[in-house]
Amino acid sequence: MKVTKQLSVSAIENGTVIDHVPAKNLFKVIQILGLDKIDSQITFGTNLESKKLGRKAIIKISGHFFQDEDINRIALVAPDAKLNIIRDYEVVEKKVVVVPDTITGIAKCMNPKCITNFECVTTRFRVVSKKNVSLKCHYCEKITNQENMQMT
Amino acid sequence: MKNRSLVSIDDFSTEEILRILDLTEEFEREPTSKLLEGKVVATLFFEPSTRTRLSFESAINRLGGKIVGFSDASSSSVTKGETLNDTIRTVTNYCDLIVMRHPSEGSARFASEIATVPVINAGDGANQHPTQTLLDLYSIRKTQGTLNDLNIFLVGDLKYGRTVHSLMMAMSRWNATFNFISPEELKMPDEFKLYLDNLGLKYYEHSDFTDIVSRADIIYMTRVQKERFSDPIEYEKVKNVYVLRNSMLKNTKPNLRILHPLPRVNEIHQDVDSNPKAYYFEQALNGVFTRQAILCSLLGIK
Repeated sequence: MKVTKQLSVSAIENGTVIDHVPAKNLFKVIQILGLDKIDSQITFGTNLESKKLGRKAIIKISGHFFQDEDINRIALVAPDAKLNIIRDYEVVEKKVVVVPDTITGIAKCMNPKCITNFECVTTRFRVVSKKNVSLKCHYCEKITNQENMQMT
Repeated sequence: MKNRSLVSIDDFSTEEILRILDLTEEFEREPTSKLLEGKVVATLFFEPSTRTRLSFESAINRLGGKIVGFSDASSSSVTKGETLNDTIRTVTNYCDLIVMRHPSEGSARFASEIATVPVINAGDGANQHPTQTLLDLYSIRKTQGTLNDLNIFLVGDLKYGRTVHSLMMAMSRWNATFNFISPEELKMPDEFKLYLDNLGLKYYEHSDFTDIVSRADIIYMTRVQKERFSDPIEYEKVKNVYVLRNSMLKNTKPNLRILHPLPRVNEIHQDVDSNPKAYYFEQALNGVFTRQAILCSLLGIK
């Protein structure tokens, strides 16, 4: 019997598939979701071709499901990500990422005089615009917009 | 307002602001008492600001409180590399309230989150200086008899001036009309104009003093600083345009008062000082009463 050599990311029985992650932000997503610290089996593929993103990444996490507020934390680095919830090899639910009203950690304040850039302070922002994401710093009250956004 | 911190003027509702102003009136009538007896206030000035510090210390001393602190970072453990976090966590054990001035923006908010006592922001970089705003509001209400529907002229550095931004935002609660007089380089930033647009408040921009000042209820002067200009020639061109002289006050309204956060350099000519419309030194005195009101309010004494 001929064994098909297929090296692409294989299907999972139960768990979550995160698709349409920009390839360059794959490891940011892994970091934000703490995937480097959980015991589940995780497979991912990156630099896969995507009509929409150019190069995308996909992450499959076996036996793990996310709360919406956790998954929305990746909105800054993977705004177009789609989630497929898998049970018994079937997609039972699809979810999209929603930009939350507040962001804790993740992004850096662009104001070089902000205390968060001097002291060990977890950044906090209020999202003042969700379309072209724009964040107002809880500390210095200055705006960081999408073009100037850097991740911590 | 007991055990609250005052970091940004927006932390207080309109009712709370008015309550502070009413309390300030009480302290103006009776500035000396023993209300803070037994209390220790820490004044932590990570950058020098003599005027603000003396005003706070005068306010505390007149109420019988004790002061611990430092007047610039070089005489504190900051020079040894201590973090703000550690300084605040330590000092919070020594006092009943912290007054703090720091060059980093957002530092006071951060301090208020880790201190176990109330924190008063006495200036965090270019961000906020709410006690200045409250004393400005007090001075305006006292001289005009109201905060409602006034015509406020803001003059000088409207781009970087923290004081004018906070005052403008605060006065927008009382249906003010604004006139901005500034050089092109130092115009009021768009975000603040947008803020007024959204509230439907009127504002007018001018590049020079004109007869328009005859409509002013308040002229709020600020310093045009040389270091704000990338081109020194531009500074030379405008440096004398924004100087207020006594002769310019001829046709102004009788209720007009001239305010300035001080220190002044040359933007108000000394010949204005003797004009009864000059109010900046009384404004500085009001600062002591306002700070007394804020201190007692946050400590839950009044």
